[in-house]
Amino acid sequence: MIVCERKPFEEIKEMMKGIRKVLNVGCGGCTSICMAGGQREVGILNEELQNAFKQDGASFHVDGFTIERQCNADFFQELDVIASSYEALLSMACGAGVQFLADRYPQKPVFPALNTVFVGVDRDIGWFEESCRTCRECVLGETAGICPVTRCAKSLFNGPCGGTAQEGKCEVSKDTPCAWFEIYKRLKDQNRLENILKVKPAREWRNQTQGTLVQEAYKKRYAK
Amino acid sequence: MSMKSGSRLEKILEAGHFAFTSELGPPQGANVEAIRKKASYLNGITDAVNITDNQTAVVRMSSWGAALIAIQEGLEPNYQMVCRDRNRIAMQSDILGAYAHGVRNMLCLSGDHQQFGNHPSTKGVFDIDSIQLISMVKGMRDDKKFLNGDEIDGAPQIFIGAAANPFAEPFEWRVHRLAKKVSAGADFIQTQCIYDMKMFREWMKQAGDMGLTEKVHILAGVTPLKSAGMARYMAKNVSGIIIPDDIIDRMVKAPKGAGAAAEEGIKICLEHIEELKEIKGVHGIHLMPIEWEHRVPEIAERAKLLPRPQV
Repeated sequence: MIVCERKPFEEIKEMMKGIRKVLNVGCGGCTSICMAGGQREVGILNEELQNAFKQDGASFHVDGFTIERQCNADFFQELDVIASSYEALLSMACGAGVQFLADRYPQKPVFPALNTVFVGVDRDIGWFEESCRTCRECVLGETAGICPVTRCAKSLFNGPCGGTAQEGKCEVSKDTPCAWFEIYKRLKDQNRLENILKVKPAREWRNQTQGTLVQEAYKKRYAK
Repeated sequence: MSMKSGSRLEKILEAGHFAFTSELGPPQGANVEAIRKKASYLNGITDAVNITDNQTAVVRMSSWGAALIAIQEGLEPNYQMVCRDRNRIAMQSDILGAYAHGVRNMLCLSGDHQQFGNHPSTKGVFDIDSIQLISMVKGMRDDKKFLNGDEIDGAPQIFIGAAANPFAEPFEWRVHRLAKKVSAGADFIQTQCIYDMKMFREWMKQAGDMGLTEKVHILAGVTPLKSAGMARYMAKNVSGIIIPDDIIDRMVKAPKGAGAAAEEGIKICLEHIEELKEIKGVHGIHLMPIEWEHRVPEIAERAKLLPRPQV
């Protein structure tokens, strides 16, 4: 899941300055699940904004509208009908959703209410952990299901570095496990250490330009 | 005999002499005199001097820049390069530039994480890692090819160094990491500071059993402790350094008074050097003085590492 967190209120308020009527668009996808930008969070933010501008004596009106996903055009039809009556849009989707919204309404200023933090998993309720950097060349099969790109602070492919601290902690923080210590332990338990005995050559980074993807089954459909 | 680089360090090691290298940390500025002063303590008593590359992620004069000044001062630099600050384009380009100006030794490192330094919010590069860097330099030297396979017009003949830390977890994996560095192309190894002789002996035995000591020159790293406070601090806060309690005790119990603790630290260091000389497979000492360059001549003298062989 894409994990997001709300921007500081003051930053959001600053973006809204001078706008009299705004629609806050929530997202029912990832940001709803990670409790950052679903219907509930749209309501909370709108109330805070409304109160803050009221205190300032400024003319400001915000409504909320949450669509199923902001990253698919199929879910925008209802929004198309109402968006035109607002000066600007505030989005509580991830960075991808914000851009999709902005592309949909290119005449309208669109503002992000969230920061997109990472691709991650639920550690517990309301507690998330980054686990994938979308490097486009997954090596998890060799590294016992532990990602060296994401979980090693130096993204080493031939770790561990010389900084692994006692009890297998990363040099950057005593609270962070050393990814390569974990990889070593798990591979050893699985009797698969040969996976990391050989030098892993320099990788061809594939995520340095914007990616697009057409799944194999659809290649004909989109062929030019 | 054909040399890989023809550096003095390579000649010393290939001739079977016991090598002695030290370290010079560039200044946090363009203070050339500071480099010349440090160099003056090391000139004539070392085979090569490591020029550190923005160590602890604190911005300093570039290691190649300081290495050129070291050459002017008569030192042979061991040019350190970390993977933290450059991508493969910058690295290969800097290697060519440094080589063109007379640099013949390199130490290939991952680098301390940027979070420790004075620009903690910078973007770490880590395009390649230290082992991939070793392999890249070897490819540039032996195959005369850039990492992408393109031909090099004037290949850099570099004596390739790598670091090894026997004192970081997982201990039983460390010798395999050494093996990976050797197979990637390391010609010599400089180890992390050794205080736990028992652990170091064990690691050297493993390296010997795996045949690694026949393939690579291992220089044992030492740093004299300056005070009990430094010993405690390093033991507690520096990842990958182990200082046994008896060493800390000796520093704590050192007589009070100016220079007494420092003298105890130097004594410990000298005792360790004597022991290290006797360990099979140890081909030299790498003394990291950490702003104590001026004490290196005295330590080298008392450790009977002088005069250096002429090669």
